[in-house]
Amino acid sequence: MYEEKTKQKSLGIFALFGLLPLLAFVIVVMIPFISGLLLSLTNWKGVLDGIQFIGLGNYAAAIKDPGFWASMQLTVVYVLFVTILTNVLAFLLASLVTSGFKGQNLCRTGYFTPNLIGGVILGFIWQFIFTRVFVFIGQTLDIGLLAKNWLTVPQTALWTLILVSVWQNAGYMMLVYVAGLMGIDKSLLEASQIDGASSWQRLLRVKLPLMVPAFTITLFLTLRRAFMVYDVNLSLTKGGPYNSTQLIAMHVYNDAFVNQNLGPGQAKAFLLFAIVAAVAMLQVYILKNKEVDSL
Amino acid sequence: MSGRKRTVNIASLLKLSLALFFLVMMIFPFGLVLINAFKSRMEIIQSPLALPGSWSFDNFITAWKTMSYHVVLGNTLYITALSQIVLIVFSAMFAYLLVRWNWKINKFIFFMLVCAMIIPFQSLMIPFVSIFGKLGMMNSRTAMVFFYLGFGMPMTTFMYHGFMKGISKEMEEAAMIDGCSYFSCFWRMVFPNLKSITVTILIINILWIWNDFLLPSLVLIKENTRTIPLSTFYFFGEYTAEFGLAMAALIMSVLPVIVIYLFLQKHIIAGVMDGAIK
Repeated sequence: MYEEKTKQKSLGIFALFGLLPLLAFVIVVMIPFISGLLLSLTNWKGVLDGIQFIGLGNYAAAIKDPGFWASMQLTVVYVLFVTILTNVLAFLLASLVTSGFKGQNLCRTGYFTPNLIGGVILGFIWQFIFTRVFVFIGQTLDIGLLAKNWLTVPQTALWTLILVSVWQNAGYMMLVYVAGLMGIDKSLLEASQIDGASSWQRLLRVKLPLMVPAFTITLFLTLRRAFMVYDVNLSLTKGGPYNSTQLIAMHVYNDAFVNQNLGPGQAKAFLLFAIVAAVAMLQVYILKNKEVDSL
Repeated sequence: MSGRKRTVNIASLLKLSLALFFLVMMIFPFGLVLINAFKSRMEIIQSPLALPGSWSFDNFITAWKTMSYHVVLGNTLYITALSQIVLIVFSAMFAYLLVRWNWKINKFIFFMLVCAMIIPFQSLMIPFVSIFGKLGMMNSRTAMVFFYLGFGMPMTTFMYHGFMKGISKEMEEAAMIDGCSYFSCFWRMVFPNLKSITVTILIINILWIWNDFLLPSLVLIKENTRTIPLSTFYFFGEYTAEFGLAMAALIMSVLPVIVIYLFLQKHIIAGVMDGAIK
């Protein structure tokens, strides 16, 4: 650690190395965050004239709004399925591309491709596939399930969103699992094999426990991404049909910017933040306790 | 012996076909968009699966003109490139400050940065639009660079911080005895050692900023300031019924990233994996 002899010298170093990034952080993140917190406690309607402190009124209004709960409920279902399916698929893909066959690097490259492209564009691509391609296949081959446009039916529309999100995220989480699998000490696997463990036992008793750090990361990332999803939601279903796919991020956006409910909108945004932070920290806490040392 | 060999072969055949199946699942949407980008509206309605009758670039030319693709591409390049430079330069320097000086305030700042990483953009956006709208920072591409510095700095600094802790400072101290200042010491001795983490950070940040939608949709309202995701969004909304045109626009919007990926795939995959375990 470096020490400075004078306060002045310390300040100089701080200004040289830290002033601009800190300023950007404070202006771009901290000020909106704190003003958001303050504004959520007032009857703010976009102008500061006649602004009044109303305590937790906006939060009460947000909690009483049935639209908020409907959207939250959808989001929980969506998050649950996306998190489970993404990680199951990602783990499967990771096991495949580390099993040592010719072309496994090509597969890694291919599986990761959806992650290069923004959610808005992916949503449009799948919109075309659901409305044109699947319907065409369904009608030509007379498959009832495909003949109907899934995006126009409330029961299937949420599933299109889940499907596209799993497809989009699996490749990224796969790479985290690949990194985890490659980090496992080979001698441990060999030792367990000599001791007569079947490949299934090796997966359950050796690989999975050693992969807990990777699960901590992938679960954190999938939970976070799923709770925050907006781009794909917007371009694939726009929240429809009949609000059957309006996830929480879109609900907050619409409430604030379309319906101009700025105060309750901001309160909802903070509730979302609180829920995400709680879920993410709980998950990290639980998995951290399950981590084992490989020695 | 031969029985065992056969089960091994069947198992590896199964594995290979499974891998191939998933490869097709991951790639076919892009292939479908590509073949339909060359077709007319009628051809697509007749069959979205058939190859185009003729490989005409008309859809691409029309889509390019309508969305002023060169302007949009320029905006995206400008914002992404400048944001990368400021994020790398300032976050690396900031991480150096946080790692090498043992001040109490540094610990507090580091804690704040970690906390800030879990704040979703949705909880900032309402006051954000109000504040920066009043300050007249809307429709400014340069303001976007500043915003990305603010939003990206916590994560970038965090990654540099973790990496820099592992670098010994003996070399630096030797150079300092010879009269090297902290600043030049950082750029000459420390920064060159950060190459691998810098590549990882660049990949993650480029993918984020190039594809970002919500923030630019709130800031870049004027048509001539839009980025690729924004412009694709408006274009697609307007020409949903013109499938061919819409597909051409989608291809043009993904092409820059896909081309770069084809050349740098090994580095990108390795970079993301490095970032994953850190």
